[in-house]
Amino acid sequence: MSNARRTSLPAVAVFLVALLVVTVLLSLASGAFQISLSDLLRIIGDGPQRNLTDEVAHNVFWQVRLPRVVLAVVVGASLAVAGVIMQGIFRNPLAEPATVGVSAGAAVGAVIAIIVGLNQLPLGVQIAAFIGGTLSTALVYVLSRSDGKTEVVTLILTGIAINAFAGAVIGFAVFVADDDELRSVTFWSLGTLGLATWKAVGVVIPLALLGMLVSAKFARVLDTLALGDRPATHLGVRVEPVRLQAIAVVGLLASSAVAATGMIAFVGLLVPHIMRIVLGPRHRHLLWTAALLGATVTLLADLAARTLLSPAELPLGVVTALIGAPFFLLLLRSTRRSQGGWA
Amino acid sequence: MTTTIVAKNLLVKRANAVLLDDVSMEVNTGEFVAVLGPNGAGKSTLLGAISGDFPLTGGTVSINDSDVSTMNPKTLARLRAVLPQQIAISFPFTVREIVAMGRSPWLDSNDDERVESAMQRLEVASLQKRTYQTLSVGEQARVSMARVLAQDTPLLLLDEPTAVLDIGQQERFLAIARSLVDEGRGVVAVLHDLNVAMRFATRVIVLHEGRCVASGDPQTVLTPALLSNVYHQNIQVTTTTEGRSVILPEHHA
Repeated sequence: MSNARRTSLPAVAVFLVALLVVTVLLSLASGAFQISLSDLLRIIGDGPQRNLTDEVAHNVFWQVRLPRVVLAVVVGASLAVAGVIMQGIFRNPLAEPATVGVSAGAAVGAVIAIIVGLNQLPLGVQIAAFIGGTLSTALVYVLSRSDGKTEVVTLILTGIAINAFAGAVIGFAVFVADDDELRSVTFWSLGTLGLATWKAVGVVIPLALLGMLVSAKFARVLDTLALGDRPATHLGVRVEPVRLQAIAVVGLLASSAVAATGMIAFVGLLVPHIMRIVLGPRHRHLLWTAALLGATVTLLADLAARTLLSPAELPLGVVTALIGAPFFLLLLRSTRRSQGGWA
Repeated sequence: MTTTIVAKNLLVKRANAVLLDDVSMEVNTGEFVAVLGPNGAGKSTLLGAISGDFPLTGGTVSINDSDVSTMNPKTLARLRAVLPQQIAISFPFTVREIVAMGRSPWLDSNDDERVESAMQRLEVASLQKRTYQTLSVGEQARVSMARVLAQDTPLLLLDEPTAVLDIGQQERFLAIARSLVDEGRGVVAVLHDLNVAMRFATRVIVLHEGRCVASGDPQTVLTPALLSNVYHQNIQVTTTTEGRSVILPEHHA
């Protein structure tokens, strides 16, 4: 008689919020230029207007660190929520924007935009990334489903194909790029929060908020979908329209995140999985707790990226992949065991 | 109030194979209709067709005179519940959570009470905090039935509900199904065991190669001649000392 182990929701909520607050403060204070906690509080109290007594700390905080932290929070939450929804609609814990190729599609959009010079236009690259991400989301959806089902193998193989194609396009871009473009291309394919500006934050926040608010309405339906398409239909769910809407939300969240920061893999895989172990699979709680943890994990990864080899900065996508890929392998093994093979 | 499901002249074709050929049936609340026939006769297809699972090549299915194919899915889900043969649940939901999913078409103040009583009735209340994946096949079948019961519909369509149960579990399960009928619900069940159909069903429908070859009271319909023809096996019907009919394959010595 082994009951499911679940941690109480209030305890988890308090812990996640506290963890996020601490991580935010730590991220604001740490980096190439250290700001002490007392300075930090004083600078926040001063507000964004110029303070002549401590100009460097003030500028670092308001112009560099804060937008970066805000962007990390929004992007991390978006990727985690996108992961939750994608796993729910494909009924598979291995689905996430990066493994199935949605992030790579967005990166390809961005890279093509850079090479053809669309980066001269305001937000040209971001819009291209958004289109690339949405197109690849649609592609994954169409290719990986047959007879109304998504086979695990097909899903993962579709991801491999899209990722390989993206790799080729990015490789080609690297080949033809000049020095300036090369830096941009590297940014999109490896992912970084280093170019966070208030402008980028301003673009991502509305899209992310919209995506997350809409996702809340899927919570109950995603639970029911776990029974399978037919049983869900028998319970009154319009499965295909719901799936299509949910896919659109994933495209919105993942593409806007990648458009702001480049490809950051595995956050959308790792975070929903951890929350599912802690709280159980009910999507009502999974969605917002995953958003909190996604923000924290992304902040921590970015902190590691900025400080490990300081003053040099690692690409964020490299850090998340270093942690995420082994985790993905473990997950692959356990999923395989529980499903009795892949056939 | 009676609820009636009527299927008229059902025709289902897939890739040139005719799965159902001009099958008609009617089920009212207060009836236990068993759908019988050999493997491949079209039993599950018939159940899927009356559930509204797929578009029909021909014919109509209606509940209380509304066409199932155009009915609002939620309205339909409040009229009939479906128990599929076996389901794989993709995440580690607990038994209680799964039974509660049966309430999705309602979501009202009765939810907790209905979930509770469905779990009691199927004897899965003690399992409610366990995850579905850790249960035995028989327990999983009972949990799925509890979910269907929590849906609280006048009609229940069950596809081989007893296939994975042992003889004791099967008896208890069918007694529950029969008690639902006595309460005024209607049950359609695809069954393999002819003796079970004989004892529990108020009416049987026998399918053979996609056609309905017999329908009516089990005692009159299930004759050695019909069964021997349909199953390609000599079958005899004998009567026990208590007066119960028993269906047996003929023994080749």
